[in-house]
Amino acid sequence: FPKGRSSSLMIRVIRGARTQGEERGVIQRECAAIRAQFRQADNGTRSHNLAKLLYVHMLGYPAHFGQMECVRLIASPRYNEKRVGYLGAMMLLDEKQDASLLITNSIKNDLSHSSQYVQSLALCTLGCMGSAEMCRDLAPEIDRLLRASNSYIKKKAALCAVHIVRKVPELGELFTPASRSLLSEKNHGVLHGAVVLITELCERNPETLEQFRKAVPELVQIMKGLVMSGYSPEHNVAGISDPFLQVRILRLLRILGRNNETASDAVNDLLAQVATNTDSSKTAGSAVLYETVLTVMDIKSESGLRVLAVNILGRFLLNNDRNIRYISMTSLQKIVQTDHNAVQRHRGTIVDCLKDQDASVKRRALELSLALVSAVNIRSLMKELLLFLSSCPPELRAHTTSGIFNAAERYAPSQRWHIDTILHVLTTAGGDVRDETVPNLIQLITTATELHCYTVHKLYRALIADISVQSLVQVACWCIGEYGDLLLRGECEETEPVQVAEDDVLDALETVLQSHMSSPATRGFALTATMKLSTRITHNVDRIRSIVSIYGSCIDVELQQRAVEYNALFKKYDHMRAAVLERMPVIDKSSPGHTNGESAGGSIKEMEPTKRTQEVFSYLDMKYRLDAPLDHVTRPGKTLGPNYRLFMTFVSHSHPPQSVQLQMKAPSGDVIPAHGLGQVTQTVLLNNPNKVSLKMRVRVCYTSQDFVCQDTVQIDSFPSPAW
Amino acid sequence: MPQVPEISMALLPFINNYTHLQCKMRFLLLFSRQGKLRLQKWFTPIPEREKKKITRDMTTMVLARKPRSCNFLHWKDLKIVYKRYASLYFCCGLDAEENELLALEMLHRYVELLDKYFGNVCELDIIFNFEKAYFILDEFLLGGEVQETSKLVVARSVEASDMLQEKQRLMEIILLFPLFFSCYHGGIHEQACILTLGGMDLHTPEGIWTITDLEVLLLYRTMEL
Repeated sequence: FPKGRSSSLMIRVIRGARTQGEERGVIQRECAAIRAQFRQADNGTRSHNLAKLLYVHMLGYPAHFGQMECVRLIASPRYNEKRVGYLGAMMLLDEKQDASLLITNSIKNDLSHSSQYVQSLALCTLGCMGSAEMCRDLAPEIDRLLRASNSYIKKKAALCAVHIVRKVPELGELFTPASRSLLSEKNHGVLHGAVVLITELCERNPETLEQFRKAVPELVQIMKGLVMSGYSPEHNVAGISDPFLQVRILRLLRILGRNNETASDAVNDLLAQVATNTDSSKTAGSAVLYETVLTVMDIKSESGLRVLAVNILGRFLLNNDRNIRYISMTSLQKIVQTDHNAVQRHRGTIVDCLKDQDASVKRRALELSLALVSAVNIRSLMKELLLFLSSCPPELRAHTTSGIFNAAERYAPSQRWHIDTILHVLTTAGGDVRDETVPNLIQLITTATELHCYTVHKLYRALIADISVQSLVQVACWCIGEYGDLLLRGECEETEPVQVAEDDVLDALETVLQSHMSSPATRGFALTATMKLSTRITHNVDRIRSIVSIYGSCIDVELQQRAVEYNALFKKYDHMRAAVLERMPVIDKSSPGHTNGESAGGSIKEMEPTKRTQEVFSYLDMKYRLDAPLDHVTRPGKTLGPNYRLFMTFVSHSHPPQSVQLQMKAPSGDVIPAHGLGQVTQTVLLNNPNKVSLKMRVRVCYTSQDFVCQDTVQIDSFPSPAW
Repeated sequence: MPQVPEISMALLPFINNYTHLQCKMRFLLLFSRQGKLRLQKWFTPIPEREKKKITRDMTTMVLARKPRSCNFLHWKDLKIVYKRYASLYFCCGLDAEENELLALEMLHRYVELLDKYFGNVCELDIIFNFEKAYFILDEFLLGGEVQETSKLVVARSVEASDMLQEKQRLMEIILLFPLFFSCYHGGIHEQACILTLGGMDLHTPEGIWTITDLEVLLLYRTMEL
């Protein structure tokens, strides 16, 4: 009788294996036995063996040697062999395998088999893995079955046709007539299949869509029948009559009503009816309501209906079921731009969802809250967002901070509020903000001129409380360096002033300098701030001098360079110190860009306007204005202060033309002898591929008898053959 | 003036929405709490290697979810809907346009069908009778779409297919082992097994019996099945 183990027994043995290795061994033996059985003549065991192989396949082991066996079994006259054969085909063969073509003939024959269960196998398999070629071959058969068969076969033929249309869209035309007549069927299975097929046809072909718009009244009638019908035990799910069919009809009506006034009008009443009569206490009803809402929002509905739909979503937000809250928010997200006011009405509930336990719900609530920020609600909504930030899951922090910054930038009611908000974020989540936050905040602070005193007070307090958040510490250092005099004055209008001495402030900066928590960039800020204070304090300049000289031998090259330069500022250029370290001008975010060159063999530092701000703060933290010569741009290891500098700037361009490139070569010498006895030449190469007309100003700075001088000359046009 | 061709307004949704003309449900997976796959149904042709990767991703993602989380996830451009029933996770991957709540209902319906068939279904039933689980699924879904919305009809179809299978098997046994048997007319005969199958002629030592009814009469005692 059946040779080899039964599949149950084999499964038991496999499960009994204690290790992966043991299991592999068992499987190898079993597969060998199965292969041997396959090679033998028909002995009534083939279906058992294929079933065993399919189990092995599901565990993840290779089973391709069973493919031909599937083909053989499908061709068998025995039902049980066909059943397993078709199952095997669906699991082991897909349209990419060559063997799949071999079953086309069997499928064709089985589609006309006397037993509907055999027909069913063929339909199921074709609808699951039929290739485009098989579909073309068998489409006429399917069409025949769509028209003349029992409901069991018709419903399967309809879905098989759906698969065919997905594979070979042109065949849609073949099925259109039959699908139309299927709408008059009473059988739910057939009706469902018909609606799915018609949906597919309409989605692919605008003419078919136009045709089926005429079927809207019929669809409305069917839907009404479902909604208003009494209890039907066969199709009832939690009080809803056939939710699957209802949802599909609604979706088809959505496609038919989209961009079409007539069709949309025809379904308005129905949608209102469904929306009000469907019980949403269980998932089935909610699924139907959800589909209704989506349909209302997508077609040309009356405004009253749209409001009703949004209110349904609002109700969903209060539902106990987390799933329903979640899909409510995804839907509201889709319509927040188009129906902004309607969604705003539910802002309170949405904001409450920020406190939900579920991470997915929280994420959706965050997205939606950020989309709902407006000038009107910015203050209250920001409170909620900041509260959320303090307890939000780590994976959402970066997104939340950038969302808050964007919202604050767009709708800040006052500069003070703006600064406070950013500081709050930095205190709560300073580690999760983007790099641009620091220069952006600094730029904001400079523009808020009346708030300098307030800001430096706030930041000083934050700094002495905690120096671990780098972004906050950097801004604090910069502020103290810049506005330290306001701090020391001991008076402030906007907030409680601090009573600090110069030493306290220097202590704070030194703590940052020395702390292992401070990043190199932060220490750079602290050192520069300390230096700046040398012109803002009166008593403790020597302390600053000694700090600066200590760091002149710091291991960190960046700090060392700064310290060395500041040292030089004290020693050799003390007369310039006040000018160099004076208060920064208000930085305009989109300030005109310049390209400044460096001489003395240095390479070009081509800076774009926006990068400039970053560059300024991180590199030297000093003034870098058009009109002031910068004498201390040095390279590590070189001697200090070249004797002259050459500046070239583009005039009357708000940004340097992108295509133009400047290259400065090294000057021929460092010193020009007196009395015209020699000269120094420096070549500048200008590449202007687009032949943009240029005006340039050339400024030469040099020292003569210990005086810094400069000469400026303007070049209004270059000789035309030059380009 | 040259005529500018008008783009049909009806074409616009197609131009924008051409992407969701793929299969709506891409796959359905059942796996245990240890991540062992118990059933896999794929509705689009993808290479074996890709299937394994997706399965791994699904099991990792779903098993990592906390107990009272919501049943919907996003993965690449798909919506993932999953639900845990006892020791099995039912997980399906849907197109972004699909109705997740309905997908939950669909998963629930499948579980009900399994439960009705196996009687208080448990994971072991699905392990040892995985073909049956597939047969039931294939009466409920076809090409990734729901094919029958009535629980009763699906159950009956599966039953009928099973009966057909049983009858065929018994037929073979009868034909392999010629036996004495007599015709059934209202009483159960202990000696032999009699099958009546629609439209078949049964050749026996007693003669040819033409069978017209669709009823299986039992009697396994003498058959040693």
